Amino acid sequence: MTPSGGLDPTRRREVLRQSWSVGVATGAYGISFGALGVAAGLDTWQVQALSALMFTGGSQFAFVGIIATGLGAAPSAIATAALLGIRNGLYALQTSQLLHVRRVRRLLAAHLTIDESTAVGITQPEDEAKRLGFWQTGTAVFVFWNAMTLVGALLGNALGDPKRYGLDAAAAGAFCALLWPRLRSLDALATAALAIALALAFAPFVPAGIPVLIASLAAVVVALRHGGRHEQPLSAEAAGSDPTP
Amino acid sequence: MSTTVAVLLACAACFALKLVGYLMPARWVSGPRTSRITTLLPVALLSALIAVQAFTTGRHLVVDARLAAVVVALGLLRLRANFIVVVLAAAAVAAGLRALGWG
Repeated sequence: MTPSGGLDPTRRREVLRQSWSVGVATGAYGISFGALGVAAGLDTWQVQALSALMFTGGSQFAFVGIIATGLGAAPSAIATAALLGIRNGLYALQTSQLLHVRRVRRLLAAHLTIDESTAVGITQPEDEAKRLGFWQTGTAVFVFWNAMTLVGALLGNALGDPKRYGLDAAAAGAFCALLWPRLRSLDALATAALAIALALAFAPFVPAGIPVLIASLAAVVVALRHGGRHEQPLSAEAAGSDPTP
Repeated sequence: MSTTVAVLLACAACFALKLVGYLMPARWVSGPRTSRITTLLPVALLSALIAVQAFTTGRHLVVDARLAAVVVALGLLRLRANFIVVVLAAAAVAAGLRALGWG
């Protein structure tokens, strides 16, 4: 996707291999997103649009999880997806320093700025390799994530009643898998506990989707209270540990 | 709001957040307090999503087959199981318990 004349052929092959293996491995999870998306009541095209246009896994899973409760929850679904997407903006602050992109290429780079492309990009030693790693990983994940989303959506449609196959529980399992690599500090554990308590406390009294937004305050409370004694900084390693784009 | 409009709005919001990082000087969002909040924000949201997805039906708090699914999912994650394995196991546990008539 980008010229990389300065890199020797061996290193170039290494970066390509790494980028595309990350793309295949991550893209495979697209199948679970596709299946859960149609189980949530979206049609195949809406599910596919999320993978093609939103292209950030955590936000996609959250969006379909909340909108599954009904169209009334749409504003909360949008807000939660956006809040989960904030971290991509933070990655972009780093990748913009190494990509130096303008105009259309800047829009493309922004779209491909996700956990994996950032992690593979910024961890390469040479500047050329950083750029190559970012573009190749972003493209590879995009291709496989979208292809597998379609497979998952078609499979999900073929299955029929989502509850019978435990697809509602599968969504909870997917959120557990997305959360797990982030539970690496006491602050994170405290935030998780407080967020669960807030969500369950408010669930009986407010419309669907709102409990999750209220629970986001747990992050603010813990971040401001503890003064960062138990924190872990946002790192390339943390970025790479997220199992979906 | 139709589902398609909601999908497109959410996509636009997520894209805008990515693009903002390319247009904004990094120093605007530096600072330990901001970085602590943005690190913990996904933790809070994902935890709340687990709680809501596993323990509520409409506005009711319920304990059913999904609890067992979450316990199995967390156990597998502790054993470093892969994402797909965790998701499939959670579905299988819930489907199995329901087939037996529980939850």
